[in-house]
Amino acid sequence: MALLELDQVGARYGPVQALHDVSLTVREGEVVAVLGANGAGKTTTLRAISGTVSRSGTIELGGKAVKGGPEAAAKTGIAHVPEGRGTFVDLTVTENLKLGAYTRRDRSVKADIARIAEYFPWITERGGQRAGTLSGGEQQMLALGRALMSRPRLLLLDEPSLGLAPMIVREFFRIVRELNEKEGLTVLVVEQDAKIALKASSRAYVLEVGRVALTGSSDELRGDESIRKSYLGY
Amino acid sequence: MIVAAFSDFMQQVVSGLASGGIYALLALALVIIHRSTGVINFAQGEMATLSAYIAWTLTVNHGLSYWPAFVACLAISFGGGVGIHRVVIRPVERGSVLRIVIVTIGLLVAINGFVIWQWGGEPQQLRSPFGTDTYDVGGVIVAAHDIGTIAVALGIVLLLWLLFRFTKVGLALRAAAVNPDEARLVGVRVTWMLALGWGLAATLGAVAGMLTAPTVGLDPQMMQAVLIYAFAAAILGGIDSPIGAVVGGLLLGVLLNMLSYLSQYDAFGWFTEELRLPAALLIILVVLLVKPTGIFGKPEVKRV
Repeated sequence: MALLELDQVGARYGPVQALHDVSLTVREGEVVAVLGANGAGKTTTLRAISGTVSRSGTIELGGKAVKGGPEAAAKTGIAHVPEGRGTFVDLTVTENLKLGAYTRRDRSVKADIARIAEYFPWITERGGQRAGTLSGGEQQMLALGRALMSRPRLLLLDEPSLGLAPMIVREFFRIVRELNEKEGLTVLVVEQDAKIALKASSRAYVLEVGRVALTGSSDELRGDESIRKSYLGY
Repeated sequence: MIVAAFSDFMQQVVSGLASGGIYALLALALVIIHRSTGVINFAQGEMATLSAYIAWTLTVNHGLSYWPAFVACLAISFGGGVGIHRVVIRPVERGSVLRIVIVTIGLLVAINGFVIWQWGGEPQQLRSPFGTDTYDVGGVIVAAHDIGTIAVALGIVLLLWLLFRFTKVGLALRAAAVNPDEARLVGVRVTWMLALGWGLAATLGAVAGMLTAPTVGLDPQMMQAVLIYAFAAAILGGIDSPIGAVVGGLLLGVLLNMLSYLSQYDAFGWFTEELRLPAALLIILVVLLVKPTGIFGKPEVKRV
């Protein structure tokens, strides 16, 4: 069943049209990658979904229209980890995690922090540390942990590999896969590093100047050398 | 002789802490708004004056006794602060800093005009809830009002600290002030948090105004000098540091009183009351030149 459905979505920054008629689907329990060169509209696609950019067309989550700004998107269960991680650097690790649960009204926040600590054991002993003093990789993990704290129906990851060492990137995607397999987490991930994103995802869309240029299963795209060379750059 | 000099000295310290507590409250209000809206709120002093007049009206014209009037005045001021943000600040918030600054200067003039129009320029007497008694503590004469002022100021600071540190809304307030975009992504309604910040600042100002009026007399200009001292306190402590505002306020209050204390000696005889305000301005200048981030401020790091 389709969890997320984008139908002819456009988006603009002032006079600049960054997305034209992008249509894509993410099914419940899938990891889907959005690939493409710089400026292809990958980040804008995520921003359109979470409402941080003015958009046109229809976006539905679980059959319900997604409307309004990012606060509304967060409430409907969309967790967006923006480019550059978006951790609150002045706040502590624990405070970052608590903010992730901001939209929740239940009282199991503490239990969830413990649950997330199973994936990132270091957050327990470093809960009082300011997030700004963490390494880039740790901040990325924390941003993921914070997103999980909202118990999202859909996780949006923007360029998680940015500025991280290859080993850390592999670890990050391993955890994303594990979350997907164990907890059925649905993920839409934007990546410039097509190689690693195709390995972690089951399907992918390739964007080119704000349009969907092609789509297919990740294995298919990986297997086709001409596609790899002309679109994915490896 | 030495004992007399010491008790004289301690008296100055206590009264310095009392006026410093008031500077600290107003400085804290400036810091809260600077952190969230990014400007110095030039109307902060006049907002406090207006609150003090409201408290005066509640006690004199509506027959409330002091503490109910105090609480009512805090509630009205909080609502007023939220209202000012929603109606006047929010429309210009996304523009340049200069636009917001000009709006706050406009507010200063408007509120001052309103106060004079409504209550006249004649000074009024807002009595102190702590009375006019003085106590002799081991030779040191302290005024009940000073002790009360210090207690109220520290109590309010403690409450505020608890709010920011241990509540969900406090966490959201901090997140919204430092990282508004990311705060929205986790579901924080940032514009309401900013309005809440203005409400808290107005409330702090109200306390400062109500504590100032009994000693200097309630008149439309009474907070103008206090605002300059609060600026100095906030700059001294670090304009983005709440702790800095409190420490800076207390430090400044004591420091200025020390200068007055020294003036009894011939070498410092030239330091008269008229030089207190210029001294505060000198402190602002020196801090900005030597350590612009203040005592507790962190240098701003911009991510590229």
